[in-house]
Amino acid sequence: MLTITNLHVRGGNREILRGINLSIDAGEVHAIMGPNGSGKSTLARVLAGHPEYEVTQGTVLYDGRDLLAMDPESRAREGVFMAFQYPVEIPGVNNAYFLKAALNALRKHRGLEELDAMEFMSLVRARMQMLDMDETLLTRPVNEGFSGGEKKRNEIFQMAVLEPRLAILDETDSGLDIDALKIVAAGVMTMRTPQRAILVVTHYQRLLNYIVPDFVHVLTDGRIVRSGGKELALELEEKGYGWLEADHVAGAPAGKA
Amino acid sequence: MTQVANAPDRYLEELERADAAWGRGAPAWLKRTRKDASGRFQSLGFPTTDDEEWRFTSVAPIAEATFALATDGRAALRSADLAPFRLTDLASAELVFVNGRYAADLSSVRPLPRGVRIESLASRLATNASEVEPFLTRVAPFERQPFTALNTALFGDGAFVHVAAKVALDAPIHVLFVSTADGRPTMTHPRVLVVAGESSQASIVESYVGPRGDRYFTNAVTEVVVSENASVDHYKLQRESLDAYHIGTMHLIGSRNARFQSHSVSFGGSLVRNDVIAVLDGEGIDCTLNGLYLGDGQRLVDNHTVIDHAKPHCGSREVYKGILADHARAVFNGKIIVRPDAQKTDAKQTNKALLLSEDAQINTKPQLEIFANDVKCTHGAAVGQMDDEAIFYLRARGLSHDEARNLLVHAFAGDVLNRMPLEALREHVEAVLLRQLPHATSLRTRP
Ligand SMILES: Nc1ncnc2c1ncn2[C@@H]1O[C@H](COP(=O)(O)OP(=O)(O)O)[C@@H](O)[C@H]1O
Ligand SMILES: [Mg+2]
Repeated sequence: MLTITNLHVRGGNREILRGINLSIDAGEVHAIMGPNGSGKSTLARVLAGHPEYEVTQGTVLYDGRDLLAMDPESRAREGVFMAFQYPVEIPGVNNAYFLKAALNALRKHRGLEELDAMEFMSLVRARMQMLDMDETLLTRPVNEGFSGGEKKRNEIFQMAVLEPRLAILDETDSGLDIDALKIVAAGVMTMRTPQRAILVVTHYQRLLNYIVPDFVHVLTDGRIVRSGGKELALELEEKGYGWLEADHVAGAPAGKA
Repeated sequence: MTQVANAPDRYLEELERADAAWGRGAPAWLKRTRKDASGRFQSLGFPTTDDEEWRFTSVAPIAEATFALATDGRAALRSADLAPFRLTDLASAELVFVNGRYAADLSSVRPLPRGVRIESLASRLATNASEVEPFLTRVAPFERQPFTALNTALFGDGAFVHVAAKVALDAPIHVLFVSTADGRPTMTHPRVLVVAGESSQASIVESYVGPRGDRYFTNAVTEVVVSENASVDHYKLQRESLDAYHIGTMHLIGSRNARFQSHSVSFGGSLVRNDVIAVLDGEGIDCTLNGLYLGDGQRLVDNHTVIDHAKPHCGSREVYKGILADHARAVFNGKIIVRPDAQKTDAKQTNKALLLSEDAQINTKPQLEIFANDVKCTHGAAVGQMDDEAIFYLRARGLSHDEARNLLVHAFAGDVLNRMPLEALREHVEAVLLRQLPHATSLRTRP
């Protein structure tokens, strides 16, 4: 579904991603782990189409199509969804209104009829219940005054409503206490289907206890330095990232992605 | 600087012509006032940017152009041209003026409650002027206001709205001024007088419109009298041709426990100046001045407001918001005066601009003149850009760039829009705003 080849990305005059290779198939869950500042969010944001980054080399194919040539809204309409590490507060824009507009933009693109207010509300209610989300968040401006946890829950709620084919979750666990984490992770797990791919970006292993990945990749300093199965996450939890960086500096080959 | 040089001959000619025309029918007091006003205009001349009140707004394009006093202009206007500007469904009465003259056949007046009178000012002056005499030209001073002087000297017609004591008018009154260039640049000087009697209630919408591309000059003056316990909501929708010049001055005077709201929406015109001057001349007055304006291209929108707290225990709230694209410029100057007598004044002013391009700019100045000690006055000004991160967030969920931008502009304007009590009018304004927003190409955010 997604094939990243030799991706180099610049941001603010420095090279942040320095040759990423990664392939993800439908039905798979991949995790990208790495220390702060290694480029995890940059990768997620580039995949979503953020305009502040410059791709200097490499390709990204999504279902065989050139993802990088598509504008952000086309990517979203084609089923790419990124849950933001830092969801933006948008004063004055009602959360429900926004989500309905987004859902209908996607449905229209897929040739489906737009949902009316009633249909939308019944869809939304079910998803909110699944995530044990406070319904008043729907009537508030997008993310405005939400707690850190509420923002993250709102991201996964949007994912549940928009039903993407490729979901990229950037540090969804940060800001969630353990109970909330379990609920949100369970929500994500219900969306794990053979048609859908999920890329979980995280600094800590703890989320991966609940969203169990098929593959784990370690990103340091803009490169994937190691790839493995879910046990790699546990190894990282135990040893930290330091040993891998040393490894990398010593010239160990980057794991096959 | 010789002042007469600022009042070019062609305006003097019109003044003389008007002088001759008033011989017929006009009451003597008005003839005298008009003559005074004409004299004032001739000695004041057009303001220059040396004048503090006009520092950022050069009216040279008006002073240097030749505008003929508009004739009826009906030939150039089809009824369909008016359709987008009408509020017929919403209004209890819709008075249409074409090039400053009342057009009865284009107007409609539903049966009105007893005690409500809505009519052409010219016809009122020609029949019985005693009802307007205490107010007309007396609410809006012209000693130091050249444009008000010019209007006072030259106005030919306008609207007179009178609501008797204790009468409440549910549906708004719409006064629609349509200007056409009529093949050459023309000018009109519309005049509106609103008198709301004790404990009465009314809402008035003034629209100023013109066909796209027409170049003309509107110089409007509105006088509003809000008596004790009366409540008046005033809306101004300025949707002139983008090539027109619009100078509009509204003076209002309120008495004890009056309630007054002004909602000034300015979307059109190439050179626009709106003045709102509210004198709170009684205790317990509640005054709201709101404004929303949009500038694009090379247009200039200047809003000047004065809230004059003359008596104790009055509250005023003011929110002005502007959206500026391309090379547009705006001026906001909000003066709040608190007279020595006006203890317990509570005044709050906010002024915000959203710049959609790096070349757009605003000059903004709050001006507090406080002579009383037990008062609460706050003001804040902010200039911001479109939040690129928010645009990206919305696009990343599937909204197009324009949809995202519109949503954010709408949210920005919401503060002002949501304060408009008339929901249907608010929706009308929202729709016009979103239609008129410039295209995304002029935005900073890359597609
Ligand atoms: N737009 C940008 N301009 C300049 N530097 C950036 C930009 N975005 C991220 N960076 C830098 O790139 C590095 C990687 O950032 P990020 O992708 O956020 O890392 P992570 O998510 O792994 O913590 C950091 O040093 C960060 O400061
Ligand atoms: Mg990050």
